[in-house]
Amino acid sequence: MHRAWGGIAQFVKRGWTVAAARYAGILGGALIAYAAVLLLAGKDPIRAYADTFSFALGTRYGFSEVLVRMIPLLLTAVAVALPSRLGLINVGGEGQLYMGAWLATWGAITLPSLPKAVFIPILIVMGFVGGGGWAAFAGFLRARGWVNETITTLLMNYVAPLLVGYSVYGMWRSREVGSAAFPQTVAFPDAARLPRFFGTRVHLGLLLGMVALLGLWFVMERTKWGLKMRAIGGNPEASRRLGIRLGLYIVVVMFIAGGIAGVAGMAEVTALHGRLRAGFSPGYGFMGFLISWLAGGSPLGILMMSFVLAIVFSGGTLLQITQGVPFSAINVLMAIILFVVLANPRFSSGALRRGFQRGGGRR
Amino acid sequence: MSWELLRGVISGTIMYGVPLLYTTLGEVIGQRAGMVNLGLEGILLVSAAVGFAVSSWTGNPWIGLGVAGIAGSVFNLVYAFLVVTRRANQLASGLTVMFLGMGLSAMIGRAFVGGGSKGLVRYQVPGVSLFSWATKSIFSYDLVVYLAFPTAVLVWWLLFRMRWGLSLRAVGESPSAAFAAGRRIAVLKYQAALLCGFLAGIAGAHLSVALARTWSEGMTGGRGFIAVALVIFSKWHPLRAIVGAMLFGGAVTLQLQLQAQGAAISPFVLNMIPYLLTLGVLWVWGGARRFAAPGGLGRVYLGEE
Amino acid sequence: MRSRNDSTILADRNSGAATPIASLRGISKRFPNVVANDAVDLDLFPGEVHALLGENGAGKSTLMKILYGFYSCDRGSISVDGEERRISSPLDARMLGIGMVFQVFTLIPAMTVAENIALYVPDLSVRFTARSVGKVIDELGDRYGLRVDPRAAVRDLPVGDQQKVEVLKLLVGRARILIFDEATRVLAPHEIEGLFEIFEMLKRDGYAVVFITHKMREVLACADRITVMKQGRVSGTIEGRQATESALVARMFGGSVPDPVFRQGGDAPGDPILELRGVRTHPIGMGVGLRDVDLVIRAGEIVGVAGVSGNGQRELGDLILGLIPCARGKRWILDADATTWSAGKIRASGVGFVPDDPLGMAVVPWMTLAQNAALGDVETYARHGGLSIDWDHVQRDIAASFDELSFEALDAYVPVRAFSGGQLQRAVLSRELGRRPRLFVASYPTRGLDVRSAMAARRVLVDLRERGGGVLWISEDLDELCRVSDRLLVLRDGRIVGEFLPNEMDRQRIGHLMTDSGGADA
Repeated sequence: MHRAWGGIAQFVKRGWTVAAARYAGILGGALIAYAAVLLLAGKDPIRAYADTFSFALGTRYGFSEVLVRMIPLLLTAVAVALPSRLGLINVGGEGQLYMGAWLATWGAITLPSLPKAVFIPILIVMGFVGGGGWAAFAGFLRARGWVNETITTLLMNYVAPLLVGYSVYGMWRSREVGSAAFPQTVAFPDAARLPRFFGTRVHLGLLLGMVALLGLWFVMERTKWGLKMRAIGGNPEASRRLGIRLGLYIVVVMFIAGGIAGVAGMAEVTALHGRLRAGFSPGYGFMGFLISWLAGGSPLGILMMSFVLAIVFSGGTLLQITQGVPFSAINVLMAIILFVVLANPRFSSGALRRGFQRGGGRR
Repeated sequence: MSWELLRGVISGTIMYGVPLLYTTLGEVIGQRAGMVNLGLEGILLVSAAVGFAVSSWTGNPWIGLGVAGIAGSVFNLVYAFLVVTRRANQLASGLTVMFLGMGLSAMIGRAFVGGGSKGLVRYQVPGVSLFSWATKSIFSYDLVVYLAFPTAVLVWWLLFRMRWGLSLRAVGESPSAAFAAGRRIAVLKYQAALLCGFLAGIAGAHLSVALARTWSEGMTGGRGFIAVALVIFSKWHPLRAIVGAMLFGGAVTLQLQLQAQGAAISPFVLNMIPYLLTLGVLWVWGGARRFAAPGGLGRVYLGEE
Repeated sequence: MRSRNDSTILADRNSGAATPIASLRGISKRFPNVVANDAVDLDLFPGEVHALLGENGAGKSTLMKILYGFYSCDRGSISVDGEERRISSPLDARMLGIGMVFQVFTLIPAMTVAENIALYVPDLSVRFTARSVGKVIDELGDRYGLRVDPRAAVRDLPVGDQQKVEVLKLLVGRARILIFDEATRVLAPHEIEGLFEIFEMLKRDGYAVVFITHKMREVLACADRITVMKQGRVSGTIEGRQATESALVARMFGGSVPDPVFRQGGDAPGDPILELRGVRTHPIGMGVGLRDVDLVIRAGEIVGVAGVSGNGQRELGDLILGLIPCARGKRWILDADATTWSAGKIRASGVGFVPDDPLGMAVVPWMTLAQNAALGDVETYARHGGLSIDWDHVQRDIAASFDELSFEALDAYVPVRAFSGGQLQRAVLSRELGRRPRLFVASYPTRGLDVRSAMAARRVLVDLRERGGGVLWISEDLDELCRVSDRLLVLRDGRIVGEFLPNEMDRQRIGHLMTDSGGADA
């Protein structure tokens, strides 16, 4: 037992430093490139970065806001990382997030009043089912060999916000004063609001995110299902011949992944806004994709990258307020980061993940 | 159905189908070379922004169109670099270009949001103006539209009757066989990517300069992905792509006409139609088409790196 | 295009062919685990068929790939037409007129014959017309017995015709030396005769034909000169006329060839383990659908399946393993109706397999031997309802299985893609046989393996039969099948067209059944 702990500590430490060095390199390169883009656009990158970092790490409020931003990123990243181990590319985090929020909203608005301790778990389940069902459909199409899941989830990313918009402008529309200009649903009952901590906006979602991360690690590395899933990712044909039910795993894994993204959506609307608004996500789903790719699908990496990207993200809002750069310019930064990872095979997902597992081979 | 509606549908079909056709033709060339480019959406956005910006700035829409075409080619070089030289995963590389295009187009187009453009000159088909009351809106298009069908034929000729096209198809079917035959795989793929980017660039610019005559963020609304689906639908054949593009143009137009006529269906639901239709097309035909795909693409669609 | 009057018609045979068209001197090549070639000298003369004979792993293929520029040699020199040349890529080789027909064809299935060959036409015009290429194909085809329809899609052609397209490719590309790597592997016996006739016609026009093979019988039938290789070295060169089987055997094996008797011919087979009754399957993609298949495999019996690749062998194996559903008919495994069972259920009931491409179809390449072994039977090794895996148990089972099969131990914590072909085959066999299967599907189990590994594979499969297992043995090596099978079936177009008992196995008849070619003095 002692030996095992020592061994684990060794490889975590080794993996950590190597991976940290890689990530630092990637982000450093990306930030420099983005600074260049900002310069070209006539903005002051030094001031932008200084503002961002001092806010994020210097103030209590700033730090808590970073954590708030980190929550949906953690969850959507897991939603991409899990299917990636099977070789599936889930770009549908955005749509799954919206559908989770949508179903949870239905629950919050339609269900009779219940005590908080009961209501919250129900809403979490609804968020899970909403996003999960959305993703399972794409999984089903892929399992039958009809449509590649990347394309399906991409297309469905366009449909989900439309459905939410339809509901918000239509049947769930709030008639409250002041809502005419800014369509939104009625406010959720208090029992439907996700609890927050320490007087900040950091909410229960953080716990859910950590649970998802831990679950990802444990299932993939230790359990029999994880072994089978990794086998599917490594060689689907051989897995089929060994009796592993490919179709079932694909659909179930997509369901769980979509469910996790759905919970992210549910958490956003119940914890932060208290109602559903059209277009409430500034692209969390895509950012989760980016994080998962950067981290090579490894849970530790996802944790680190979510934190860093949350800082960058709060920079985005700042930039919009202070320097007039459209928020979607963050997309450029994301593209640069993705480019750096893809252009350098040493940073490929497999290599990054195996960087963490160098002590392994046993499992 | 009234005559007005029919006229509107026909002209709308062509106007909406043409940018789709150009984009699809570009992607057919790319996929025939073995590259699936999900970043088309980004290229369309960037070229729409660039095209509109340059047109407004120079006052000449043709220059805008030309520059946008070149911009599209250059943009697609990013994708080609990742996929050909660095051998990165194609789907992820495409998404990189998609993000880049979304971001850059927003930054470039920022100064032009809501601005207007006088569009491209429209020509009547000579000899048909006899029936001007019926044909005026059907047969009055700009040069880019008129050149769409000939371009499809040109692409077909290029792929199936020219030595370059033969080499390209060999690369897409079996890179190892093409290499064994002494073809330079990387060069051919880059050439295909440049051509694909150019055609998509034209399509994007046409959208903002001639069709919508304005710029707004994200205005292409998923057309890039629809084009990828259309390539599958048309079995990677340039002439069949015409049918597919027109079908979709028709669907979009029908949806818009229904909205304009005050149909009782919510605009949100109507907006879903193109995406659901794309999904439907892929669902119905995707499975069967799997074996008509160029050999090298199977790896991409089945997710093997 | 090629003209018959240019100087590529080589030395007149009657002059004695004193000048070699190509010479290899002192060729040495080493791979990480093995010395493939050791100071090899070889001369190739125009207008003759030169056979390179040796067992798998003797280095013949490597040597020719060096000549073709596929590999570069560590030491040694190559001369073409008397001048020393550096050949660093297949392109260089083709410029010098060297062409090679590989075991795996580099054809593009979806394109037509004309398009495939057009890729090899030097100075192809910018505007390419299938018709002009077609004319050349017809001319060459008539001259050398290589007739194919230029407009046919390659994937629709039988394998023998595809091989002809490969040869045409070389001729069109102005090759003067034609190297055939194990060309007869995919041909039926009488098709092999056809190939030798093509060699004759090529010889007549001065081409140098190099024929790589491990089959003595073929070499004796067609070669003018025979170079025997053993373990990377040349062990002798004999004139074709003077060669005898024993002389060749002596040089190939250094002694007498080990010829273990495989069939004990003892106990009659027991109860049926597998029964297929009236089975029909739908073709998948470009494969073949099985039709009216009735098949029984009993305990203690090896049923061999002969046939040209692509006639339903893979489908048959996959059907038994449960990977393909029965569109019609019944599938019985061990007295239970398994028609609707999933692959997992069938496997769990005691069915094992070894596929024709172990790396691609039986293991996860980046996973270790231990992980792959665990995947072979996950339920056995799962603990706490699946929450953990008993790796110690996996380890013990691996060791026990290797020991029982008398295999050398392998490192269990290295990715299996680092193993050689033989090692990987042993690893897969150990995993599969360790589960004590009652029924075993072996697809081309010895293909491409070195002698030792091939013998080891045969031995363990025959042992399985001795212990009461039933084996379906699919192979393209008729000699092997005739040696091990208790019953031999011939598969063509998804149908079983013939069944032979040991005393009835006539290679000519089997060959004709394989290719549906009349059988009457074709």
